[in-house]
Amino acid sequence: MSFFDAVFYLFAILTTLAATGVIIARNPVHAALFLVLAFCSAAGIWMLLEAEFLAITLVLVYVGAVMVLFLFVVMMLDINLVKLKEGFWRWFPFGAVIAGLMVFEMVWVLGSRQISESSRAVVHAANYSNTKELGKLIYTQYVYPFELAAVVLLVAMVAAIALTLRRRSGVKSQNVSEQVKVKKADRLRIVKMHSESRAEGK
Amino acid sequence: MNLMANLLPAAAEIFLLVMVCFILIFDLLLKQNKIYTYLFVQLTLLGCSLITVGTHQHGVFYAFNGMFVDDLLSDVLKMLSYLGMSMVLVYSRQYLLLRGLFTGEFLVLALFALLGMNVMISASHFLTLYLGLELLSLSLYAMVALQRDSAIATEAAMKYFVLGALASGLLLYGMSMLYGATGSLELGAVSNAIHQGVQNKALLAFGLVFIVSGLAFKLGVVPFHMWVPDVYHGAPTAMTLLIGSVPKLAAFAFVVRILVEGLQSLVSDWSGMLMVLAIASMALGNLSAIAQTNIKRMFAYSTITHMGFMLLGLISGSIEGYGAAMFYTVVYMIMSLGGFGMIMMLSRAGFEADTLDDFKGLNQRSPWLAFMMMLLMLSMAGIPPTVGFYAKFSVLSAVVQAGYTWLAVVAVLFSLIGAFYYLRIIKLMYFDVPESHVPIVVESDTGLLMTLNGLGVLLLGMLPGTLMTICAVSVRQSLLLH
Repeated sequence: MSFFDAVFYLFAILTTLAATGVIIARNPVHAALFLVLAFCSAAGIWMLLEAEFLAITLVLVYVGAVMVLFLFVVMMLDINLVKLKEGFWRWFPFGAVIAGLMVFEMVWVLGSRQISESSRAVVHAANYSNTKELGKLIYTQYVYPFELAAVVLLVAMVAAIALTLRRRSGVKSQNVSEQVKVKKADRLRIVKMHSESRAEGK
Repeated sequence: MNLMANLLPAAAEIFLLVMVCFILIFDLLLKQNKIYTYLFVQLTLLGCSLITVGTHQHGVFYAFNGMFVDDLLSDVLKMLSYLGMSMVLVYSRQYLLLRGLFTGEFLVLALFALLGMNVMISASHFLTLYLGLELLSLSLYAMVALQRDSAIATEAAMKYFVLGALASGLLLYGMSMLYGATGSLELGAVSNAIHQGVQNKALLAFGLVFIVSGLAFKLGVVPFHMWVPDVYHGAPTAMTLLIGSVPKLAAFAFVVRILVEGLQSLVSDWSGMLMVLAIASMALGNLSAIAQTNIKRMFAYSTITHMGFMLLGLISGSIEGYGAAMFYTVVYMIMSLGGFGMIMMLSRAGFEADTLDDFKGLNQRSPWLAFMMMLLMLSMAGIPPTVGFYAKFSVLSAVVQAGYTWLAVVAVLFSLIGAFYYLRIIKLMYFDVPESHVPIVVESDTGLLMTLNGLGVLLLGMLPGTLMTICAVSVRQSLLLH
C-alpha cells in the first residue's frame, strides 16, 4: 500500500465515522460538528483526486457558511431531544434491513471489475489548474445548465422572500433619507423669552 | 452563425426568462392593483407561443452541445403548456383575489414553473432534465406554501418538499449509475452505448431501478403516491389546479425522454416495472377514490389512476403506444383544468366548495355549470361521446396490439369501478336537494373559459382525429428508435 492509498483510506474511514456520528450523536450541536468533520475529510478526498477547486469550495461554502448557519438554527430552536428520538428503535430493524440491502447491492455493483479499472483518476502535470479547466467548461460547454442553475437560485430567493417577508402595520422603523434631509428648523424650536433679573420680585 | 444556431431553438425559453425578470421588477412598482402584472403574464404566454411557432423547423435540432433538443414533440408540448398555464391563471384569478394570494410572487413563480417545464420538455441531457425538474419543483413547493397562515397548506408543502427531495435523490442516484455504466450523460450517447452493449449489466439494471422509482415518485403512481392526496388536499385550490394539470405534460416528456430516448434498448426491463406500477395505481387509486368525501382528495386519487393509465401506453413499447400516452396526457390536462376550475368557481370568500356535499343540487342553482361538470365527469370516466373515451380507447388498443390483452381487460375493469365515483357526482348534482342557496357568482372570463372547456371536451370527443394525429405525428417525428 502506497502513501497515497494510506491517505485515501484515512480520509475515507474518517468520512464514514463522522457520517455515522452525525446520525447517532445525541446532542444536535455534536451532530453538526460531526458533519463539519465529514465535509473536511470529504474535501481531503477531492484533494487526492486533484480537484482542489471543489475541495476548497466545499470547505468554504459548506463548513464556512452553511454549517455556521446550521449551528445558529440549532442553538436558537428549542429541540425536544426525547421526542426526536421517539420511535427510533421501533423503526430501527426496518431501516437496518433496507440499509443492509443497499450496502449489499452497492458492493455487488460497484465492486465488479469494470468499474474499478475504467475509472481510475487521471494524473496531471504540476502546472495543471483544475480551477481554470472547470471555468472553461462551465462557460462554454455547460453554459446552458449553468444559467439554469442560476435561475434555480433566483427562484429560491423569490420563494424565500415571498414566504418570510411580512409587512406589518404600525412598525416604527428608521427612514434614513428623511433623517439626512432634516433641517435645524424641523427639530429645534427657539422660544424667545425675556431675561429676568435676580433682584426682581424680592 | 454558431451562436444563432444555438440560441434560436431556445428563443422561447430565453424570452420567457427575460420577461419573468422584467415582471419581477415591474411588479414592485405597482402598489395594489396586480391586474397589470396579470395581463403582462398573459401577454408573455402569448409571445412565447408566437415565438415557438415562429422558430419551428422541420426536423430534430440539438443546441448547446447536445443539451437542448428542438423537435416537433417539444414544440407541441410547449404550445399546450402555454395554453394550460394561461387557463390556470384565468381560473384562479378571482379565487386568489378573494384570499389575498393574487400577488406578483404567485404570477412570477407560475412563470418560473412554466420555464422549468419547458426546459424538461426539450432536454436531451440528464443535467438539463434534472435542472428543469428542480426549477419546476422548487416553484411548486413555494406556491403550495404561499398561504402562510394555513396550517394545512404548510403541512402539505413540507410533505411535498421532503418527498420531492427524496425522489430527486433517487433520480440523481440512478443517473449517476447510468453515467458509470455508459460514460455519458447525453441521452443519445447513453442510448448508443447501451445499444452497442455495456459490460456491466448489473450497474445498468441498478440505475434503471432508481430512475424508474424516481419517475414514479414524481408522477405519483403507487407505491410512491403517498404525497399526492395530502398535497392536493392541503394546497389552496388554485395551486392544486396548477400542480395537477400542466406539469403532467412535462412529466410525460420527462418519462419519454429518459425511458424511450435514453433507455429504449432496455424496454423489456422497464416495461415490466411500469406494468406493476400501472396496475397498482389503477387498483388503489380507483378503490380509494370511492371512499373520499373531499372532492380534491377524490381528484387526487383519480390523478393516480390516470397516471397509471398513461403508463399503460408506454408499456406497449411502440410508437403508437407513446402517441396514445401523449394523447391521454393532453386530454387529462384539459379535464383536470375543468374539474379544479369548477371547484374554484363554486367557492367564494371564506368558503371552499371542496366536499361532495357542495355539489348537491348544482343543477337547480346553476344548470349550465352542472351541465359542464357533467361533461367533464363523463369524460374522466371515459364514456362516449366525450374525449375521455377516445383517450382510454387509444391507450387500450396500443396495449392490445402489443399483445397484453389481459392487461387491457384489467384496465377496463378498474375503469368500470372508477366510473362509480364520477357518476356519483352527476347523481349529486341532478337528483339531490341543494344544501345551500347562496347564488353562484361567475366572472365573465372564467364562465366563458369553463364553457369552452366543457364544450371542448365534447367537441374533441366527436372529432378526436386532429389531436390524435398531432400526437402521433409528433411522437413519430421526434423519437428516433433503434
